[in-house]
Amino acid sequence: MSEVRQVLVTPIFSNNPIALQILGICSALAVTTSMNVTIVMCIALTAVTAFSNLFISIIRNQIPGNIRIIVQMTIIASLVIVVDQILKAYAFNISKQLSVFVGLIITNCIVMGRAEAYAMQNPPFLSFMDGVGNGLGYSVVLLFVAFVRELLGSGSLFGFELLATVNNGGWYVPNGLLLLPPSAFFIIGGFIWILRTVYKDQVEENEYTMKAHVKKEAL
Amino acid sequence: MSSKKDSIRYIFTVAFLVCLVCAVVVSTAAVVLRPIQQENRQADLRKNILAAAGLWDPSKTVAEQFEQVETRLVNLNTGTFSDEFDTETYDPRSAARDPALSESVSAEHDIASIKRRETYTEVYLINNDAGDLQTIILPIRGYGLWSTLWGFIALEDDMDTIKGLGFYEHAETPGLGGEVDNPAWKAQFVGKEVYGEENNVQLALKKGGVNPELESDRRYKVDALSGATLTSNGVSNLIQYWLGERGFKPFLQNLKAGEA
Repeated sequence: MSEVRQVLVTPIFSNNPIALQILGICSALAVTTSMNVTIVMCIALTAVTAFSNLFISIIRNQIPGNIRIIVQMTIIASLVIVVDQILKAYAFNISKQLSVFVGLIITNCIVMGRAEAYAMQNPPFLSFMDGVGNGLGYSVVLLFVAFVRELLGSGSLFGFELLATVNNGGWYVPNGLLLLPPSAFFIIGGFIWILRTVYKDQVEENEYTMKAHVKKEAL
Repeated sequence: MSSKKDSIRYIFTVAFLVCLVCAVVVSTAAVVLRPIQQENRQADLRKNILAAAGLWDPSKTVAEQFEQVETRLVNLNTGTFSDEFDTETYDPRSAARDPALSESVSAEHDIASIKRRETYTEVYLINNDAGDLQTIILPIRGYGLWSTLWGFIALEDDMDTIKGLGFYEHAETPGLGGEVDNPAWKAQFVGKEVYGEENNVQLALKKGGVNPELESDRRYKVDALSGATLTSNGVSNLIQYWLGERGFKPFLQNLKAGEA
């Protein structure tokens, strides 16, 4: 597999930023109640990760080691503000629903993590593709979570009603838990379980094993 | 690492250049996109005004449909129309935070928990071809469980019968309090009356649902949202406040008497 393809494809399943590295969970909980909103969030995050990797990689040899994190944050923050402004101008309704979460991409560990771990050591084009790859890895998990949450929580997908809910005179009683952020934990947990059943090498070794129970002598 | 890269002078230069480039990019984006964003915000508000009156038609543009609406400034203290500010530029939402343009609401009267109320606000009038008032749309707001609900209520020309109601901004629990956005629930308001025999606000949400055998229920009550008592109370309170003595009631009475 060529290197470009490798950095693009491996983060999707075999080295998924959410499922394996457990980064960027916060927005996965917050913005996954409906597919429309989730897709925009995924595009926004992928764009930010890709371009922040690109720009940081371009100037990686000029960044002084002492202030590299601050320089990375400045670049990431600027990109996020630009993305937020564009959404407010061209996707107003969705940006209203995403509210602060676009701004919170700044603190998304995936963006920072890829900048520090990959873009600081690799050439621009590869870094860009790495950003796209990790954005896609993030998107796969988010879309999976949003699919389950919107279908079972609101009975619809992309806003089109598939299961007629009781409130609208149908038969389906929506699962209210799925509309609340904690439900995403269960779904992400389920996703990791499925992933680790397929990719056995992702299963971590136990850090310790319990000793067999030792019976105490009766005093 | 080379000594050149660690010198303080070099660090400052890089930091300065990075900040400069980023600042230019960010401010360019903000300045270039601001007119489109303002247009979006205005169109969104207008869409919500039309939607509250049940007049929103997604197949036409907002500007086209908003032509029939006349925006007027109202002085809530005197209950009369006012020309104090230009409605094109006046923003009731920021006025409510400005001590010069608003007054604090004392705790005993602040049933909707709004804390400050603007002195001047905007109302939206829809006239028929002959120039007679058909529908009046009033802004309302109040605290629910988690958040302030911002919305509009539309009344017919008798200033009593409800034509529609809608909230355009809130952060209530999805599936419970968030059901204030459910079209089936909002449709229950249509045709209800606000004021009772003694001219006080009777319209409210009723826990356990409307009893169709009681006339007062049929005329003035709407089902409360199940599983969302605090949001329902919030909606009842904000209706009570905004259509009451300290809200739009003096204005509506003046308007009805033709003295506004």
